[in-house]
Amino acid sequence: MASSVYLCLLRAVFLVCFVNPLIQGLSGDANVVQNPHHELEENLTGLPIVTFKWHHVQTPYLVIIWVFVAGLAKLSVIELNHHVTSVIPESGLLIILGFILGGIVWGAGKAQTFKLLPPTFFYYLLPQIILDASYFMPNKLFFSNLGAILIYAIFGTCWNAATVGLSLWGCYEAGAMGNLDIGLLQFLLFGSLIAAVDPVAVIAVFEEVHVNEVLFILVFGESLLNDGVTVVLYNVFDAFVALGGPKIDAAEIFKGIFSFVVVAFGGSFLGVVFAILLSLLTRCTKHIQIIEAGFVFVVGYLAYLTAEMLSLSAILSITFCGICCQKYVNANMDEKSVTTVRHAMKVLANGSETMIFVFLGVTAIDTEIWVWNTGFILLTLLFVFIYRIIGVFLLTWMLNKFRLVPIEVIDQVVMSYGGLRGAVAYGLAAMLDEDKIPEKNLMISTTLIVVYFTVILQGLTMKPLVQWLKVKRAAHSDLKLIEKLNNRAFDHILAAVEDICGRIGDNWWTRGWNRFEENYISWLLMKPKARRNRDYLFSIFHKLNLEDAVNYVSEGERQGSLGFIRSDEAANVDFKKQFDSEFTDVMPDIMVDMSNYELEIENVSVTSIVKDTIPSVSLDIHGHDRKNAVDDINAHHLLQQHLYRSRKNHRHKYSRSHFSINQSEDEVQEIFQRTMRSRLESFKSAKMGVNPAKKITKHHKKELTHKMANGHPDGTGHLYGDEVDSAVGSETGAIRGTFMRDMYTVGAGIENPVFLPDMDSPTHSSLPWLMETEAVAPSQRAQRRLPWTPNRLRRLAPMRISTCSTDSFLMADLEEHEEQPQTDHEEM
Amino acid sequence: MGSTSSTLLKIPNVEVLMQETGFSPAHIIRLHDRFKALDKKGRGHLCPQDFGAIKELAMNPIGDRIIGAFFSPGKETVDFHTFVKILAHFRPVDKNRPKEPNSPEPINSRSNKLRFAFQLYDQDKDGKISRDELLKVLRAMLGMQVTEEQLESIADRTIQEADLDRDDAISFEEFRKVSPEILHSRCFIKAPVIMLMERDC
Repeated sequence: MASSVYLCLLRAVFLVCFVNPLIQGLSGDANVVQNPHHELEENLTGLPIVTFKWHHVQTPYLVIIWVFVAGLAKLSVIELNHHVTSVIPESGLLIILGFILGGIVWGAGKAQTFKLLPPTFFYYLLPQIILDASYFMPNKLFFSNLGAILIYAIFGTCWNAATVGLSLWGCYEAGAMGNLDIGLLQFLLFGSLIAAVDPVAVIAVFEEVHVNEVLFILVFGESLLNDGVTVVLYNVFDAFVALGGPKIDAAEIFKGIFSFVVVAFGGSFLGVVFAILLSLLTRCTKHIQIIEAGFVFVVGYLAYLTAEMLSLSAILSITFCGICCQKYVNANMDEKSVTTVRHAMKVLANGSETMIFVFLGVTAIDTEIWVWNTGFILLTLLFVFIYRIIGVFLLTWMLNKFRLVPIEVIDQVVMSYGGLRGAVAYGLAAMLDEDKIPEKNLMISTTLIVVYFTVILQGLTMKPLVQWLKVKRAAHSDLKLIEKLNNRAFDHILAAVEDICGRIGDNWWTRGWNRFEENYISWLLMKPKARRNRDYLFSIFHKLNLEDAVNYVSEGERQGSLGFIRSDEAANVDFKKQFDSEFTDVMPDIMVDMSNYELEIENVSVTSIVKDTIPSVSLDIHGHDRKNAVDDINAHHLLQQHLYRSRKNHRHKYSRSHFSINQSEDEVQEIFQRTMRSRLESFKSAKMGVNPAKKITKHHKKELTHKMANGHPDGTGHLYGDEVDSAVGSETGAIRGTFMRDMYTVGAGIENPVFLPDMDSPTHSSLPWLMETEAVAPSQRAQRRLPWTPNRLRRLAPMRISTCSTDSFLMADLEEHEEQPQTDHEEM
Repeated sequence: MGSTSSTLLKIPNVEVLMQETGFSPAHIIRLHDRFKALDKKGRGHLCPQDFGAIKELAMNPIGDRIIGAFFSPGKETVDFHTFVKILAHFRPVDKNRPKEPNSPEPINSRSNKLRFAFQLYDQDKDGKISRDELLKVLRAMLGMQVTEEQLESIADRTIQEADLDRDDAISFEEFRKVSPEILHSRCFIKAPVIMLMERDC
C-alpha cells in the first residue's frame, strides 16, 4: 500500500522531471510555443470566466499524452500477447504499433511532427534504462564472466564496426551502390554506429526466452557495455570525419585509440566514484528515509550527466555506478526504500523502453527521411548479420582456450543471432551532422531498417530457434537456504584445495577481494548496523521467512478466513496430536507400554482442561465449517474486551514524511503493561503443573523489540500483533514454568497462533503430567530443540489443513494414517 | 623435460594411480612436487601439521575439516596415493568419457564430489548431518556476524528444507536431492586448480 502510494509519487516525479523536455525534442515544431499572453490581451473585452489556454500547457500536455499513449500501447500489447500467443516479442509489437500511431499522426497532418530526437533519447530516455539494467545486474555472475564480457564488448564491437565499414566501402568501390557521396571514414563511422548490440532490444527478447544464466549474462553484459564502447567509437570516428581524410596521420590515429581508452575507462572510473558517493550518502540518510530512495536516481543521473560533460562515456559511467553501488545502497537503506527504488526503477525503465519502441515505429512514418539505396541497405543487413556471427565465433574460439567452462556452439549461435540493433544505433544515426555527411538520411533509413529487421524478425524467430536448438534453459529453482549454504561451503572447499595444491587460481583472487571488501570497503560504505547483519545467508533466511509469513496469511485469507477461529475441537485435536506424536517420536517403547494409560489421561484431562478454561484459539483454516454462532459471539466478545482500544484523538491522518500513523511509545508501553497485568492475574488463578523453562519465543521477541527500539515507525496495523508478541515474550520472561495453554485464560488477550510456537511443532510442548515422572519427560532432544521460531510456518499451513474436521476421539486411532497426508502435503 | 619419466618412475604404482584418478603424468608430477614441498621433513607422508603450515588454509573457516578429509579415521598420516586420490575429486567431470557399464564410478563423478562435501559436514560419520553438525559448520562460516539464536534458526530451516523423511537430519540421499545440477556445474566443473594445472603443464 505504502509503496504503491510512493510509486505514484515517483511516477509523477518521473513525468515532470524526466519527460518534460521530451516533447521539445519530440515535436518538430518547437516554435509553436509562442507567447501565450499575446492572444489573450487582444481579445480581452470583459472578464472571462473560463478561457481555453492550450498554449499554456501545450508542451507538458503533449508529453503526458504521449506517455499515456505509450502506456496504453504497452497495455494493449501485453493483453494482445496473451492471445496472439507469445510468438511476437513485445518490442516488435510496440514498433508495429508505433507504425500505426505514426500513420495516424501523418495522416492528420501530412507531416511527421513527432519523432525521436537524439537529445531526448540520450538525456531523458536512455539513462534510466541503463541504470535499471546495471542496478539489477547479478553482480557475482557479471564479475565472474567479466573477462568474456569485456572481450565481446570491446573487441567484438570494434570488429563489427571495422568489418562492416570496410566491407561496405569495398562494395561501394566495386560499384555495388551506384553513386553515393561517402568516403571511407564515413563508412567507418556508419559501421561504428551500427555495431552496437542494443541492451533494450536484447533484454526485451532474451527475458522472454529464459536462456541459461551464463548465456544471458554474456549477452546482457555485452550489450550493456558495448553501447558505451560504440558511442566512444562513434565519437572518435566523428572526430576523424570532422578532421577530414588528408589530415589524419599515424599520430592522429594513435590519439584516437588513446582517447578511446581514456573515454571508456574514464567513464567507468567516474561511475565507480559516483557509486562510492552514493553509498556514502545513503549511509547517513537515517532521518530522511522518505527521500533516500530518490538519491539513487539523482546520483545515477548525475553520474551520467557529469560523464557527458567531461566527454567521457556516459553510458559506461552510469552502468558502473549502478553495478557498484547496489550492494551498499541496498544494505544501507531502509527495507521500504529498497522496495521503492526497485519498483520505481522498473517503472522508469519500462516506461522509457516502451516510449523508445513506440517512437522507433512512429519515426518511420515520415517521407522525408526515407532514401532508398538497395545496394547499401541490403549489403548493410547482410554484413551486420554475417560479421556478428563471425565475430562471435572468432572471439569465443579464443575465449574458450582460457575459459574453464567453454561456451558451447549452440550458445554461440544464439549469441550471434541475438545481435539486435536498437535505439542507440538510431540515436547515433540521427545525431550525424548533415554538413559533414551528405548521405545522412540514407544512413538513418538504413539504420531504421536494420533495427526493424533485427528487432522484429530476429526477435520473432529467436524463441523458435532457442527451442529448436534446445539451448540450455535457465533452471528455475526455488530459493533455498541449503543451496546457498552449500555454495558457500564449496567456495571454501575449492579455496582450500587450491591452497593445498599450491596454486593461485580464481578462488585465491576471489577470496582476496572478498576479504579486502569486507574489511575496508564495507567498513567505509556501509552503516555499522547494516554491516553487522548483512551476512548473505542470513538475509536469505530472513527473506524466506518473510515470504512464508506472507504466504501463510494470504493462504488463510484465500480459504475464506484468517483461520484465527476459536474452536474447542480444534484445540483438542491439536493438543492430542502433539501429545501423541511427541510420544511416538521420543519414546516409542514407552508408548507401547503406556498407551492405554495415556490415552485415558488425555481424553479426560486434556479436554477438561481445555473446556474449563477459555479454549485456545486455534489455527484451523477449515474451522469455519463447524463454527457456530456461540463461538462467533464469544470471539467477538473476547476481542471487544481485550483488544487495545486506540486513542484516536491525538493522531494525524496525514504525515508529510512518514507513511505509518503509528502509535506512540507510550501506547506500546501501555499495551505491554496491560498485557503483563493480565498475564499475572491468570498466572495467579491457574497454577498448574510446572514446565521447564521455555525460551521458545525468545528469539522472535528479541527481533521484534529490536525492531521497535530502532525507532522504525513500521507498526502499521500491528495493533494486536504487538500485544501478542509482547505477551508471548513477557510470558516466557516473567512467568515461565506455567502450562502454556492455561495461560490463555480470560484476560489473556488474543492468541495469534502464528506466534504460538507450541502449536507449530508437535514435539516440544511439554505437558504437566509429563513432568511428574522423569522417565516420560521430553528427551534431551526435545529440550535442545526448543528455540522454535516461526520458521516452521512452511510446515504449518498444510498440517492444519490436513487435520481439519477430524474428531478428537478419532484422532487417536487415526494416528498412523494421519501422518501420511501430512507428508504428502509437504512434498507438494 | 627430461626428468619426466624418471620422476614418474620414482612413484610406485603410478599407472594404477593414473588410471584410478584420471590424472595425466604431468598432473602427477606436479602434485608430487607439491607433495614433497609440503612434506618438509621428507618422511614420504604428510601429517595434519604439514597441512596446518599452509597459511591460507589456517585462515579458512572450514580448513580443519578439509584437512581432516585427507585422513581416514584412525590414521595420522596420508601418503601420496591417498593425497592424489582425494584431490582427484576436484577434477572436472569428463563429458566425453565413454560410458562403460562395468567400470567403477570415477572418483570425480558428481555423486562422489557431493559425498566429499557431505562428509565435511558429517563429522561423526554416521551418514547423517545432524542439527548439531550443521550448526557447527554454520558457526564456522558465519562466525560473528549473526547471533547464536539466528544460527540455530537458520540450521533449523536448512534441515527442514532438506529433510524429506523427517528425522531432523540430512542423509546423503537428501543432501544429493537438494544439491541441484546448477550447483554442481558452478562449483565443481569449475574445479579451478586442476584445470589451471593442466594449462601449466
